[in-house]
Amino acid sequence: MQGNEIMQEEKVFKDPVHRYIHVRDQLIWDLIGTKEFQRLRRIRQLGTTFLTFHGAEHTRFNHSLGVYEIMRRMVNVFEGRQHWNDENRLLCLTAALLHDIGHGPFSHSFEKVFDTDHEEWTRAIIMGDTEVHAVLKRMGDQFPKEVSEVIEKTHPNKLVVSMISSQIDADRMDYLQRDAFYTGVSYGHFDMERILRVMRPTEDQVVIKQTGMHAVEDYIMSRYQMYWQVYFHPVTRSAEVILNKILRRAKVLYLEGYQFTQPPHHFTPFFNNNMNTQDYLKLDESIIYYYFQVWEDEQDVILADLCRRFLHRDLFQYVEFDQNFILNEWSDLQERFRRIGLDPDYYLVIDFSSDLPYDFYRPGEEEERLPIHLLNRNGRLRELSRESDVVEAISGKKRTDHKLYYPKDVLDAPGFSEEKRAIIKILHG
Amino acid sequence: MLTEHVHIMSLLGTAEEIVGRKKFQKVVYIGKQLGMPFHEKYGFHMYGPYSEELTIRLDELKQFGFIRETHEECSGYSQYRYQLAESGREYLTKTTRSWTCDDEKVVVDELNACTSKFLELTATILYLQPASKEEVIERVWTLKKTQNYSLEDINEAYALIARWKQSIAESTLTH
Repeated sequence: MQGNEIMQEEKVFKDPVHRYIHVRDQLIWDLIGTKEFQRLRRIRQLGTTFLTFHGAEHTRFNHSLGVYEIMRRMVNVFEGRQHWNDENRLLCLTAALLHDIGHGPFSHSFEKVFDTDHEEWTRAIIMGDTEVHAVLKRMGDQFPKEVSEVIEKTHPNKLVVSMISSQIDADRMDYLQRDAFYTGVSYGHFDMERILRVMRPTEDQVVIKQTGMHAVEDYIMSRYQMYWQVYFHPVTRSAEVILNKILRRAKVLYLEGYQFTQPPHHFTPFFNNNMNTQDYLKLDESIIYYYFQVWEDEQDVILADLCRRFLHRDLFQYVEFDQNFILNEWSDLQERFRRIGLDPDYYLVIDFSSDLPYDFYRPGEEEERLPIHLLNRNGRLRELSRESDVVEAISGKKRTDHKLYYPKDVLDAPGFSEEKRAIIKILHG
Repeated sequence: MLTEHVHIMSLLGTAEEIVGRKKFQKVVYIGKQLGMPFHEKYGFHMYGPYSEELTIRLDELKQFGFIRETHEECSGYSQYRYQLAESGREYLTKTTRSWTCDDEKVVVDELNACTSKFLELTATILYLQPASKEEVIERVWTLKKTQNYSLEDINEAYALIARWKQSIAESTLTH
């Protein structure tokens, strides 16, 4: 293909999940070498999860290489098959490699506070004045745009889009295994080799041969377990809550004209909502940690306390709550927090976790998720939950947790005893 | 706290009812693009812009009993009707709101009166912007081939987007 060469010597990365990641294309090798891609080494894949599972220090860099490797193997399986056009090979590999290029440090909290979206940054990095764009453009003027469209799921080739973004795709297959490996949990494992062997391309999506149904069941169940045991772990959520509040507090202080001891230059464009791609690319977790260390000594007691809590893992505790609490107790509790000197905007936080492990199509009321289809011997497609009792049992079923986070250590400390007793009574019923 | 939930309840209170999950998704997306304070994250899915966060938010509101979701079957299709429940109204009256949706009622009513198919088109156009109109038309016809949108449909969507934007800008200026 124009603009790409097959390298004389294959490059390999050792990888604890896939053993080896193989690179033969000069294009892929050069993209990995760009400063925007290298930046992903400084962004953890699971944000604050390392505060719960200490092994979870792996980065977006590892994951992106992993997704690329799975895509490479998927493409190898598809080669020569009906519906597969080998001209899309590099488009698939590139989109897989770059699908997370727009992620920033602690993306979830950062995006909430500064109202940004990593998918928009992905587009900006691929289409803007960046090293990634320069490398992609060697493939033709339209190539960067095509890659961007695949990642944002607006590319007309739905088969290619589904390979990276569907209910069974290269992205999920990597992060489930990788996150399981690094957190050390026993969930998250499934037979990916088997799934890859039974994947087949169709005109508009990847389907699975009927004989691979049990391997897919395992994959769906491992996803279900990982969400509740790892991704929504309450300790991780507590760290995320504090992180979110630190960023909010810093933004509020800046907008109120507070004089920071160390001017927060890296954050200024985000506080002022006039950031550009270069501002965004300068951020990584080391920068965030630097400011948190500086802010721990700030005069503002809320900012300093929240940073101390995050850095030294002195997190909030939680209780579960229901509708009656929101209707009847919430305002009262906020007022009582104020009376003991805690600003409820920062110290009393409602957090929700919710997941839908697998969903299928219902005529008329689209859930907008492409279901997984099984291909039987007669060449007919059947939706997975119609064939699998295991998947059917969890299909379309959402599970939601409501938790209220608060600093228990403050309530246990001396002072305002009567008020604190009343608060504890409300919290614990 | 619960600001995002309150915004969704305010919208539903203003609209009185919204019929269809797809319609709800697109009304919020278009409202967000027009400058209403919705912060749900959207991505492009099978039927245009879709937010998992909004789906979850609606579920949470339903679990709290703040909104009512009624499932209806009509000629082989299932659809969901959303209304504010009594406890939702009660919560809204108790809460200090930074945004009530009252100023946007005209736009919300017009959005709610559109078919979900037309809202899918309008939301898709907004999602594909800032591409030129020519490019958007070409991509709509490729991505939404099965919906058979005509040039008139697309022009009407563009005209409505412009009108809604102006209406929201005017109400912002007035206040």
